[in-house]
Amino acid sequence: MARVKLLQLAHARSGDKGDTANVGLIAYKPEYYPLLVEQVTAERVKEHFKGICFGDVERFEVPNLHALNFLLHQSLDGGGTLSLKTDAQGKTYSTALLRMEIEVDDMLARSLADGQT
Amino acid sequence: MTRTIRIANGQGFWGDSLQAPIDLVRRGPIDYLTLDYLAEITMSIMQKQRARDPGSGYARDFVSMIEEILPDLIERNIKVVANAGGVNPEACRDAVIEAARRRGFGGKIKIGIVGGDDIMHRLDDFISRGVELKNLETGEPLASVRPRVQSANIYFGGRPVADCLGAGGQVVICGRVTDTGLSLGPMIHEFGWAGDDWDRLSAGTIAGHTVECGAQCTGGNCLVDWETIPNMADIGYPIVEAHPDGTFTITKHPGTGGRITVASIKEQLVYEMGDPREYITPDCVADFTTIQLEQEGPDRVRFSGIKGRPATEFYKVSISYSAGWKAAGSLVYAWPDAYKKAQAADRVVRERLDRLGLKFETVLTEFVGVDACHRALSGPPPPDIAEVTFRIGVRSENKRAVERFTREVAPLVLNGPPTVTGFAAGRPKLEEIIAYWPALIPKSEVHPQISVVEA
Repeated sequence: MARVKLLQLAHARSGDKGDTANVGLIAYKPEYYPLLVEQVTAERVKEHFKGICFGDVERFEVPNLHALNFLLHQSLDGGGTLSLKTDAQGKTYSTALLRMEIEVDDMLARSLADGQT
Repeated sequence: MTRTIRIANGQGFWGDSLQAPIDLVRRGPIDYLTLDYLAEITMSIMQKQRARDPGSGYARDFVSMIEEILPDLIERNIKVVANAGGVNPEACRDAVIEAARRRGFGGKIKIGIVGGDDIMHRLDDFISRGVELKNLETGEPLASVRPRVQSANIYFGGRPVADCLGAGGQVVICGRVTDTGLSLGPMIHEFGWAGDDWDRLSAGTIAGHTVECGAQCTGGNCLVDWETIPNMADIGYPIVEAHPDGTFTITKHPGTGGRITVASIKEQLVYEMGDPREYITPDCVADFTTIQLEQEGPDRVRFSGIKGRPATEFYKVSISYSAGWKAAGSLVYAWPDAYKKAQAADRVVRERLDRLGLKFETVLTEFVGVDACHRALSGPPPPDIAEVTFRIGVRSENKRAVERFTREVAPLVLNGPPTVTGFAAGRPKLEEIIAYWPALIPKSEVHPQISVVEA
């Protein structure tokens, strides 16, 4: 097994609803989706965003889009117009999630390293 | 041959491209042009404008844009649906009529309004009758902030838009209609979808969601292969090719920049997503887990299979209220030791605020260039980092405390750590915080009001 960044397996977009940020994580290939479902759990995402997300993390599966949607509660310093953050809408949390590393088998790791995504 | 209508969206928010709507009208065929001007905060800004001047309180940009494209609209019978009316759709309509007459199109175009969403004047009546308008996030009743309320508007859906088109409106000016309703309305009108045709209403709603952020589904803000997305300077805004059976294709005019792929569309579908099975609008509850996507050609993605469920008994209400004051200021520190200097500056400012005895609900420091976006996930900065922006903000109910804070950043260029610049913009700006209070109201309490007049 090897560890790779989600950046190599998925793309993402994030946005806001009040003080909650949403991060949609989309597998580049259908065969990557089960890896995301198995390893990118709500618990891991909560741990990953410590110091950013101060509430619960909810996860929803969107299998038809090979995507997971995460809601990160209490993550935007109050959100909307209250927030003092540069990123008051959590627009960059998308790539913050893509920094996470997950485990893949050696063959997939090699093909990713060769750029055959 | 299936009947197709082409609905283009030329505005993702108030402040989006001025040229996009004009290009959508002139660079290819469309039947409808939709324009989304309203964010949660916009209504309170417009409410303030109207308080000062009873003839204002709508998106003025819209009027000059309509004036520019009026000849095209009339010649090709293109219809326009926009929530440009803000808190004063009547004044917006009158301005459009005046523009039409000025251009010699008097009597040649009908302007409609979808209003009735403004419930500011009815709040006390609602509260006294036990309609509490509880905050959807905190559960607090509206009474707790009632004196500070600045605006209150119902989100209407696509149905009243369709009714207004049915009454002959060629330009339909709405108040607080949902972003998705702007696109769904024309489909209901053209295809005669029934009020309980939940699958098709959901399909139209998802079409609306896909295009509501303008170019964000045609290659804008798109992470996938972003460096190879062609001709972003001339990015094409999205067009829905809608069919009576609820299937549709997202595309853009030929020869425009950007890129529409299944991947770029998926990014927009997850944008601001909550529970994907429950996308709640006034018209229906759409289920995003039923969407099937297919790349049917270059810059063409087809949607099918969409299912939905019955609408709820409630409208969402967008309420805004005054919630204190804030300000943020920044300075730029250069190599060597840029990060250390910026951190020292932060300590100095905070100590001075303490010495002044100023109390804030929040004081937030960010080091832009180091970790403002991703905090600890960013890892340590390079020791020879070329420059760091020190940014500090405060928030308080106490206006004078925030005002005093705005005087405490600039002095650092002379009395703080060295090699500092970036203060040309002057003191931090004092801003009143207008916060958002989302609530629900039974649909039986409010009804959209529709009217159509000839220019």
